[in-house]
Amino acid sequence: MYERITGENPYRLPMRIFPAVHYTMGGLWVDYNLMSTIPGLFVLGEANFSDHGANRLGASALMQGLADGYFVIPYTIGNYLAQVKPGAGPAAIAGAAATVAEVTERTRRLLSVNGGRSVDSFHRELGKIMWDHCGMERSAEGLRAAIDLIPGLRAEFWSSVRVLGQGEEMNQSLEKAGRVADFLEFGELMCRDALHRDESCGGHFRSEYQTPDGEAKRDDERFCYVAAWEYQGDTKTPVMHQERLQFDNVKLATRSYK
Amino acid sequence: MKITLRVWRQAGPTAAGRFETYQADAVSPEMSFLEMMDVVNEDLIAKGTEPVAFDHDCREGICGSCAMVIDGIPHGPHKATTTCQLHMRSFHDGDTITVEPFRARAFPVLRDLSVDRSAFDRIIQAGGFVSIATGNAPDANAVPVPKDLADRAMDAAQCIGCGACVAACPNASAMLFTAAKVSHLGLLPQGQPERYRRALAMVGRMDLEGFGGCTNFGECSEACPKEIGVWTIARMNADFLKASATTRPESQGGDGA
Repeated sequence: MYERITGENPYRLPMRIFPAVHYTMGGLWVDYNLMSTIPGLFVLGEANFSDHGANRLGASALMQGLADGYFVIPYTIGNYLAQVKPGAGPAAIAGAAATVAEVTERTRRLLSVNGGRSVDSFHRELGKIMWDHCGMERSAEGLRAAIDLIPGLRAEFWSSVRVLGQGEEMNQSLEKAGRVADFLEFGELMCRDALHRDESCGGHFRSEYQTPDGEAKRDDERFCYVAAWEYQGDTKTPVMHQERLQFDNVKLATRSYK
Repeated sequence: MKITLRVWRQAGPTAAGRFETYQADAVSPEMSFLEMMDVVNEDLIAKGTEPVAFDHDCREGICGSCAMVIDGIPHGPHKATTTCQLHMRSFHDGDTITVEPFRARAFPVLRDLSVDRSAFDRIIQAGGFVSIATGNAPDANAVPVPKDLADRAMDAAQCIGCGACVAACPNASAMLFTAAKVSHLGLLPQGQPERYRRALAMVGRMDLEGFGGCTNFGECSEACPKEIGVWTIARMNADFLKASATTRPESQGGDGA
């Protein structure tokens, strides 16, 4: 697999590897039935936050996909479906018309900017900001810098992105633009979350919070909770809700990879 | 590297298509083929031309999304490699590369290099499942699986459903894909309850979707990025024959019985 990507035989040449962030360690908030804050929208697998700790190891996706699919949803979705009358179309759902109008307007806006920069160029610039300031190691200073930079980039995106083509046909640039618009909000949220958590925990390593030998230093007194951020609008700061983590059978301990 | 690309452009399923020629002047041999396409697309956007549509997702060779015919070969000249894992070091400076979509009646072109492969999903729907109870985790190792069967099932399960077999086949047959799925499930104890119904239903659906018949050409297996063997087709044919002779006509999909 390595040789396929690099064209180098790892038996002959040392492998070129480096650590990188590969996961956001979170997802959509769901209740114990795996239903999101939108009634009827169930979120399964790693798209939800429920089974994630602060770290993600290999095969987590299979574990959570199987657990949610085999053991949870067969029992919970039936209860919801039993309470819904069939045949209620989008017209009957409160807020559906407003959302359709909102999405249509957003699509129109993306197509009508017709500026000078491609979607990918914004994606790359955002990626660089996140890589530099919200990567393997973060600091309050770096995160504040990112939180300063991202809104400017977002404003530039909405004023000078170039999305060619139409909205009524298959348009991959438009799809990508929608994603990157989301990333521009999500990236900032990740930085805010990382900034508020004054500890190191799992994949979140804050350079200010480490043991003398460079290991992650948790603060269970203050941060033994899951942060669920509530969207307040595009330009407003999200509101944090805390879900306490309670450990009845397992004692919190420090994990050392040494 | 400087590369000349001849790319199939087609605005939609019913529009007429044509080859367009594009120059890529700053290609690094380390780029993957798709990364090279990304660079070409950036150039096109800068010039105000709509970028070339192509499917891609994981870019790790495991999702089966990327699908294009490169110089006449699905996924290009490198054996057992998806387009996303093909690198420009497989080409030479000054090469002209022709890029087309997968061509098959059952895979209508959506736009440029992107084709609709949902016919594969419908073949899977027809029989690509096993019946198991949800709710409790089964005990580990409660169902013994002979080693050689596990190995062969695993080989068949490597199929990522990309459709290169269809694109490579002169008949646009989906036999290798269908056979990989039928064999993967039919070899395992968990797949036995539906084994014969599955062979009938999936082959029936495959015929219904407009894929061609198999004439033992074998190009499918050559083009397969996961090197699925044609033995799966022989195995599926055996199941299908047995099912046709012994199963009552109650299959859920297609008219293949």
